Order: sequence, then structure tokens, then C-alpha cells
Amino acid sequence: MKLECRHLTKNFGEGEKETRIISDVNFEIKEGEFLCILGPSGCGKTTLLRIIAGLMEPTSGEVIFSGNKNYGPINSMVFQEHGVFPWMNVIDNVAFGLEMQGVPRKERYTQSLDFLKRVGLSKYAFRNPHELSVGMRQRIAIARAFVTNPAILLMDEPFGSLDAQTRLILQEELLKIWSEHKKTVIFVTHDIDEAILLGDRLLVMTSVPGRIKEIIAIGIDRPRDSRMESTPEFIMRLRIWNSIRSEVEKAMQEDTGDAEN
Amino acid sequence: MGLLLLWELCGRLGLLNPLFFPVPSLILLRFIAMLADGEIQANLTITLFRLFTGFLLGTIPGILIGLLMGASEKIRLLLDPIVAATYPIPKLAIFPLLMIIFGIGEFSKIMAIAIGCFFIVLINAMAGVKNINKVYFDVAKNYGASKGQLFTRVILPASLPMIFTGIRLALGMSLIVVVGVEFVSANYGIGAIIWNGWETFEIEKLYVGIFLCAILGILFTVILKRVEMRITPWFGHLAYRDQE
Repeated sequence: MKLECRHLTKNFGEGEKETRIISDVNFEIKEGEFLCILGPSGCGKTTLLRIIAGLMEPTSGEVIFSGNKNYGPINSMVFQEHGVFPWMNVIDNVAFGLEMQGVPRKERYTQSLDFLKRVGLSKYAFRNPHELSVGMRQRIAIARAFVTNPAILLMDEPFGSLDAQTRLILQEELLKIWSEHKKTVIFVTHDIDEAILLGDRLLVMTSVPGRIKEIIAIGIDRPRDSRMESTPEFIMRLRIWNSIRSEVEKAMQEDTGDAEN
Repeated sequence: MGLLLLWELCGRLGLLNPLFFPVPSLILLRFIAMLADGEIQANLTITLFRLFTGFLLGTIPGILIGLLMGASEKIRLLLDPIVAATYPIPKLAIFPLLMIIFGIGEFSKIMAIAIGCFFIVLINAMAGVKNINKVYFDVAKNYGASKGQLFTRVILPASLPMIFTGIRLALGMSLIVVVGVEFVSANYGIGAIIWNGWETFEIEKLYVGIFLCAILGILFTVILKRVEMRITPWFGHLAYRDQE
């Protein structure tokens, strides 16, 4: 299976106020690949992901999915704001996608419990989300996305609002679950270390209007864990930072420029 | 409690005019007397009957229509002008009109209460939908929810906190309206007790009526709070405050 993005462009606003958020984005992703999209804040990477997810229509261009395997939905998304429903208990949240597909309760509970075990939350299955920490809620969101067996997993800065320590733990957990399933993943982040740790390939985006500046292959072997951040291969971090740095500065200048206006 | 004691004291000391401000102990005695001959029970029952019938008649459609208006831009555009035009009309002001249409029996009173409740819960329910965190809609869409599933599994439960606010306000409004209409056109009921106390200048009776209202009001608030805690335990919880 394969996903292709061709000439994706998205404009917001009308007339004079029309701004181009992403411009002529082209790339493809193959089965089992972990692709990270890296870029400064506001570069349109969330917009790009939402278009791929089908939550938004591009102004022009297309997203082409081709696959013949037995998947559930084409994609399932993990949002930065976890989006775990507070009025449902943990297991109903994880089973939500299956419920929408019409899977009977016993079956979807069995599958959900399985994934809850993998994210280490099985004993909280019948508790309520507001009783758990934010990190746990994000794990629920991840389990929810995995259990629907999507062709592609979309993750929008899922660890962005977590503290640094929780983030490290969840990154390793994600690597672990991912290695068991080898799902195809598109992972949006602004954190270079995270992108190198998790990804097979990196798409570096420019500041707005977002274009693909570089595609970098992370040549580091798997399995990986956070200890690798002190290995020499991680030196590529400097190279990536140099690539993205000018974009971040550009983005910041635009911000202050607007502020002055 | 402290206030009542102060009141009692001031009355005993002759600081208050006993014609207008009888001491609480006298009011209590009158209350016990009225309880003994069943006057309280009979009037209370009829007031509660009118109140809850009107309340249910008004809130159930009000919540449903409010939710629909919040969920569907089309429906909102259709009904918003009607709601905006009719909502500001004071319910007590139109009561005579209701009596013309529905007669002077129970139904006109119940309708007045229902109308009062209807608008309050509608507006709150609609606001409840509008305030739902957008991410929940994204999740529902991404995970394949149909329009019906979106309504029952997301919109309805997510709006519950604001629906409860509407219910709380509607209950308060119901009490006000029922007493008001009972002033004007009832032989029985708490409002009738108060009005009768006023007409015959049996001042303790008047106060009994007022205290009954206050007690009902407190009871409603307390019970509703309990129900709310049970049904929407997550709301107001610090964990979710930032994200709502």
C-alpha cells in the first residue's frame, strides 16, 4: 500500500486576506514506514496532516491512497489535545472507532483490552479519563488509534503538551508498540530529537507557506531507544537543526513583523 | 440559622413592628398548625404538580430543540429569529393571554411555567453545543461517526454540563412563575397561601408561604447538585478545566 500527496496546496481566507498555508507539497510514503514531518510552528504541518486525514479539503492537489490489504479505516489520527471523551470510560474511548464501525461490544472490548494492555493501562479500563493523568490520556488516544487497524496512523504532535519526562517514556512506548505492528505512520513534530528517534525518514518543512525543504533519511538501525541520543549517529541532529533553523527564524520574524503592524 | 435567631431577638426586643415582621417562633407555630390540619400538604401538592408538569413540558422539547439548533446551522437559522422574538416576552405578562386561550384552569398555569422553562433550557443547550471543544468533532469524524452517532455519543453528552445549568435556572424560574400565577388565579397552592395571607392580613400565614418557597428553592438546588455530580462527574474537575 502506498500514500501519495501530489501538489497539495491550501489557502485560507478570501480576497485580500487570503494566505497560502502550504504550497505544492509532494511526497509519498510506503507501507511500514515511519515518516516524521518536522517544521517550525505555524508552517502548516498540522494543516497538511488534516488534509491527509480527510478532515479538510485541499485548495488544489490530491491525496491518493492505493492499497489492497485488509485494513479498517484508511487512517486513524492521534490529536495533540488527545481528544479523549470525558463522558466515556477508558475502554469505551479506546473502542470508539470500532463502535462506529458497528463491531459488537464483546468483540470490541476484547480488542480494546488487548491494546490497553500494550500501553499499560489495562487495570484502568473501567475508570474515567478525568481520574487519570494527561500522559495516560494520550496513551488512551494512541490505543484508540491502533485498535481500529488503520492503513496509516496519523499523529499530530501527540506528545507536544506533555512534560519532558512523560514525553520520553511515551516515545519509547510508541517505538515498542510500533515495532510489534510495523504500522505506517506519519508523525508531525517540531522536536528534532523526537523526529530522529522515531522516524525512518524526515520531511523538513519551510515556514509558511509550507513547502518541503528537505527529505532526510535517518540511517539509524532499529530497534531504537532513547539511549541512542548519545551515539555518534545522532550528530545528524546538528545538520537537521541547521536546515530548519533559518525557517524557524523566518517564522519568528513574521510573527514579530505582524505584531508591529 | 443565625439570621433567624437575630430576627427572633429583634422581634422580642420590640425592635421590629410585629404587624409586619412577626418573630420566627410565631411563624413556626402557624406552620405547625397548618401542617396539622393538612393545609400545607394540600397546597404544596398542587403547587408541585403544576411546577413539575410545566417544567417537564417545557424543558424536554427545549433541550431537544436547543441541541438541534446548536448542532445544525440550518435549523438554527430557521428558528433563531422566532426564538429571539418570543424569548424576551415576560411570562407573567402574557399569563392573561394564556388564560384566554387555555381557560382559567390548571393548563394555563402549566403553560406559563412551560414557556418560562422552554426558552431558558433551549438557549443553554444551544450554547452547550457551541462550547464543545472542536477536537471532539475531529475525533468523531476521523473515527467514522455517522450524524446520528455524532449526536448521541458526542453532542448530547458533551452538552450536559450546560444543559444542567439550564435546568437549574429553569427550576428557579418555574418556582417564580408558579407562585406568580397562583397569586393571580388560584385558590390552592403556595402562591395562594401567600396571597391569602396578604388579603386577610394573617401575616404569619404570608411568611409561612414565603418560607415554603425558600425551602423548596434550597431543596431543588441541593438535589440537582447531587444529580449533576452523579451524571457529569468529569465537569469542573481540574483535570479537564484547561481543555474544555
